Amino acid sequence: MVEPLLKVAGLEAWYGESHVLHGIDFQIGKGELVTLLGRNGAGKTTTLRSIMGIVGKRKGSVTFEGHETVGQPSNQIARRGIAYCPEERGIFSSLNVEENLMLPPVVKPGGLSLAEIYKLFPNLEERKRSQGTKLSGGEQQMLAIGRILRTGASLLLLDEPTEGLAPVIVQRIGEIIRQLKERGFTILLVEQNFHFAATVADRHYVVENGKVIDMVDRASVQQSLGKLQAYLGV
Amino acid sequence: MAQVAIGLVNGAFYAMLSLGLSVIFGMLNVINFAHGAQYMMGAFAAWLLLGFLEVPFWASLVLAPLIVGLFGVVLERVLLKRLYHLDHLYGFLLTFGLSLVIEGLFRWQWGSSGAPYPAPITGATDLGFMMMPTYRLFIVVAALVICLATWYAIERTRLGAYLRAATENPTLVRAFGINVPRLITITYGVGVGLAALAGVLAAPIQQVSALMGTNLVLVVFAVVVIGGMGSILGSVVTGFGLGLIEGLTKLYYPPASNTVIFVVMAIVLLVKPAGLFGQTK
Repeated sequence: MVEPLLKVAGLEAWYGESHVLHGIDFQIGKGELVTLLGRNGAGKTTTLRSIMGIVGKRKGSVTFEGHETVGQPSNQIARRGIAYCPEERGIFSSLNVEENLMLPPVVKPGGLSLAEIYKLFPNLEERKRSQGTKLSGGEQQMLAIGRILRTGASLLLLDEPTEGLAPVIVQRIGEIIRQLKERGFTILLVEQNFHFAATVADRHYVVENGKVIDMVDRASVQQSLGKLQAYLGV
Repeated sequence: MAQVAIGLVNGAFYAMLSLGLSVIFGMLNVINFAHGAQYMMGAFAAWLLLGFLEVPFWASLVLAPLIVGLFGVVLERVLLKRLYHLDHLYGFLLTFGLSLVIEGLFRWQWGSSGAPYPAPITGATDLGFMMMPTYRLFIVVAALVICLATWYAIERTRLGAYLRAATENPTLVRAFGINVPRLITITYGVGVGLAALAGVLAAPIQQVSALMGTNLVLVVFAVVVIGGMGSILGSVVTGFGLGLIEGLTKLYYPPASNTVIFVVMAIVLLVKPAGLFGQTK
C-alpha cells in the first residue's frame, strides 16, 4: 500500500480518569472504506472521537496526510480535511434543515454543492425550512451525513449511521455510502450491524477492550465468518 | 402620556442591557453581573473622550463601545474562560467582584457625585399627543434599531447560526472546524459593547457617575429573568414592557414604582418558571 491517508499508531485515550483506549493501531489508504467492528463499549466511538480530537486526553499518534494531529485542537483537525458524523447525529434544534446543512464551513475545495446534496437526499430539500430536530430519525441521519459532504473533507468518520433505522432506510444509507466511496471519499465506518458493514467495506478492524485485535479484508470475510461472529458475540 | 414616554425611554435601556446579558448568558452560560459597571464605563468613556480629546458624541457612540468591548475581550481571555467548566455561581461571583472593583476605582478617581454630559440633540418633537425631547425619542428609536440588528445578526446570519449551534453543542461545532473559543470571546466582547453603547446613550440624560449602573443592573436582571434567560425576543419585549409598567405605576401609585418590576418577576416565576419567552431545558 502507498502512504496511507490516515495512520493510527499506539493511540490511547482517556475520559477523565478512565483509560478507554489502550493502543489502537490501524490505517486507511486513500479512497478506502474501512470499518471498526466490536461489541458495545469496545472503544469504537472513542477511536473516532480521538481522531477528531474531542476526548479528554490522547496519547500516541494519528497522522493524516502525513501530518501529526495528536495535540491539535479539533477545529484545526477538521480544517485538515476530516469530517465527523456522530452517533447521536448532533442535529441542531435551533437551526433549520438548510442552516444545519450549511453550518460546517468549507475547509477544502472539492466538496459537494448544496444542489448535489439535495439530489442525493431529496427529502431534505422538501423539508429545508423545518426545524432540524423535527425530521424523522432516518432524515436526521441523512442530514448528519449530508452536511459533512459540503466541506471538502476527504476523510469521513461515520459513527453507526444505521443505528435504530428501518431496514429500507438502512439499505438507502448503504447505497449512499457506496456512492460516496465511488466519488473518492475515504470512509471510516463504525458499525454494530456486521451484515451491513460486510456489504460496503474493503476491510474490517476488530476492536476489543480499547485495542485492535484483528483485521479481516473483504476477500477473507467468508472464511472468517465464524471468528468474526465470536468476536462480536452474535 | 409623559409617564408613558419616560417609561419607554427607561424600557429602551432595559431592553438594550438585557439584550447583552441574554446574548452573553446564552453563549457563555455566565451571568454577567459586571454589566452595570460596563454600562457605566461606556458613559465614562464617552465623557472622557469628550473632555480630553474633544471627541463628539456621535463618534463616541462607535468608539466607546469598541474600547469597553475590547476591555471585555481581555477580561474573557484572562479570567472568565477559566470558569466555564464550573458552576454558574463562579462566573456570577467573579463578575460581581469585578463590578465592585471597577466601580470602586471609578469612584476613587472621579467621585460619586457625577458629571453632566451635554445633550447632542436639543429641542422637542411634537408627537401629536405630547411634546417629547427629541434626544429621548432618538434613544427609543436607536434602542429598537439596536435590538432589531442584534436579532437579525443572531437569527439570520451565518455567524449567528454558528452561535446558536455552539450554544447547543460547542464540541461538535468545534469539530466542524470552527474556532469556538474565539467565537465565545467575540460574543462576550459584543455583549459588553452593547452595555457600553447603552451607557453612551444614557450619558446625556443622566449624570455620568461611578454608580449609575449599580441600581440599573438589578432591574435588568429582573427583566432577563422575566423574559426568559437567554431569549433575545424575551429581553426586548420584556424590557420595553416593564419600562411602560414602571412608568404607569409612577403615575397611578408612585410608591410602588420601584418594586413593581420585582412583583412582576415573582408572579412570572410562580406561573412560568422559565420566563415568558424561555424554554425549559
